[in-house]
Amino acid sequence: MSEMTRYPISQEDLDMVKTVTTPSEVIQQIPDGATVMIGGFGGSGAPIELIHALIDHGAKHLTVVNNNAGNGHVGLAALIEQGRVDKLICSFPRSADPSVFVAAYRANKIALEIVPQGTLAERIRAGGAGIPAFYTPTAFGTEVAEGKPVEVFEGRSYIRELWLKADYALIKGDLSDTHGNITYRMAARNFNPIMATAAKVTIAQVSRVVQAGAIDPEHVVTPGIFINHLVEITHPAQEEELNRAEAVYP
Amino acid sequence: MIDISEIKLSNAQIAWRAAQDIQDGAYVNLGIGFPEMVASYQPEGKEVIFHTENGVLGFGAAPAVSEEDWDLINAGKKAITQKPGTSFFHHADSFAMVRGGHLDVAILGAYQIAQNGDLANWSTGKGGIPAVGGAMDLVQSAKRVAVVTDHITKKGEPKLVESCTMPLTGVGCVTRIYSSLAVIDVEGGHFVLREKIAALSFDDLQALTGAELLTTKGVDALICPEALA
Repeated sequence: MSEMTRYPISQEDLDMVKTVTTPSEVIQQIPDGATVMIGGFGGSGAPIELIHALIDHGAKHLTVVNNNAGNGHVGLAALIEQGRVDKLICSFPRSADPSVFVAAYRANKIALEIVPQGTLAERIRAGGAGIPAFYTPTAFGTEVAEGKPVEVFEGRSYIRELWLKADYALIKGDLSDTHGNITYRMAARNFNPIMATAAKVTIAQVSRVVQAGAIDPEHVVTPGIFINHLVEITHPAQEEELNRAEAVYP
Repeated sequence: MIDISEIKLSNAQIAWRAAQDIQDGAYVNLGIGFPEMVASYQPEGKEVIFHTENGVLGFGAAPAVSEEDWDLINAGKKAITQKPGTSFFHHADSFAMVRGGHLDVAILGAYQIAQNGDLANWSTGKGGIPAVGGAMDLVQSAKRVAVVTDHITKKGEPKLVESCTMPLTGVGCVTRIYSSLAVIDVEGGHFVLREKIAALSFDDLQALTGAELLTTKGVDALICPEALA
């Protein structure tokens, strides 16, 4: 738990810089065909409640950017199981139970773009920072590099990779203040802060929304400029625990 | 074909041998699965700081069952713990550590290693679903890239080869191989044998290796704790 004092939300806090809404309300704006970045690494940092709201909402033909391809029958796996994802951009489509993705992939129902994990992170970072392309030695000489321009710097070969941007980012934080300044919890940080920067609209679920001033500015990881909507989920589900309970969504 | 099943090193022994070469104070990334065992055999008196791609440096051992915190996992999605000196960071910073050349050692598994240091460890190329994770980043940019592996496949085919037939993870990246039979360096486009288990002759080891083994640096006995056998 954070050492930080947590303040309850009072009526005065309704005068907020960011709107605090519910998953179902805020997810409604996501249209068919959208590109959606979903934070998390495996279940750690995965915004399960937002993903389940996206399933309930029904948007189809999505392109999803995530490190993995879901586990079990909840979260991203459930979104894939419901046939909503046309394309997945990820580094590692394996998990303890990848059966949903595997079945969709084998049936040619989902396209897969494999991106090395560091390249995935840097493409997202570049997207958020307005940098269209960059060079990396990662994947040089491999099939992942096929068709990509190569340039030599200081005697070493590098391949060109392009930025990655999204229409929406669904992320999970720990605390947010009313300005959308967000902290994270341990390794649940992972892709969340960079995805928050790389989407036109970023929706953050956090465990607690606190008054402006309640988070030490030194502790803010994602400044509120990157956040459009906040959802407060006081006791967020953990994918690992749902899977141990053999949960299925919906 | 020589039967090596009785004489080859166990995975624990291979991991122990690899751990002996990690210098004090090194920042180290261990691949998912077998390479993770290296963490268990750090020599007394050396402090090694482990990196995991998902944003933790200097993490502690696995927690007791039922004391897991699923916000605190490693790249293999297993629960870990924090300890004094642990730090958390996001994915772009995590891979800045890798790509920026700040990581001292990466130890990975392998399907095939070629005599020029090419590594294949992410896809068999036989229609399986490809999954690369952070391996392509690690092998290109860690200061030292080592492999822990069985010397031959389950079917008895050499894993150390003249050139890889499986899809590459990286080119010319591996510098040392800790196998179930030997310690072998990659130097100047050749496998240079440094240590081998005493129970196997050089000729037999060469027969189990898909490319020429040089002995120009002198060959020591590969001795690992029997208790780990």
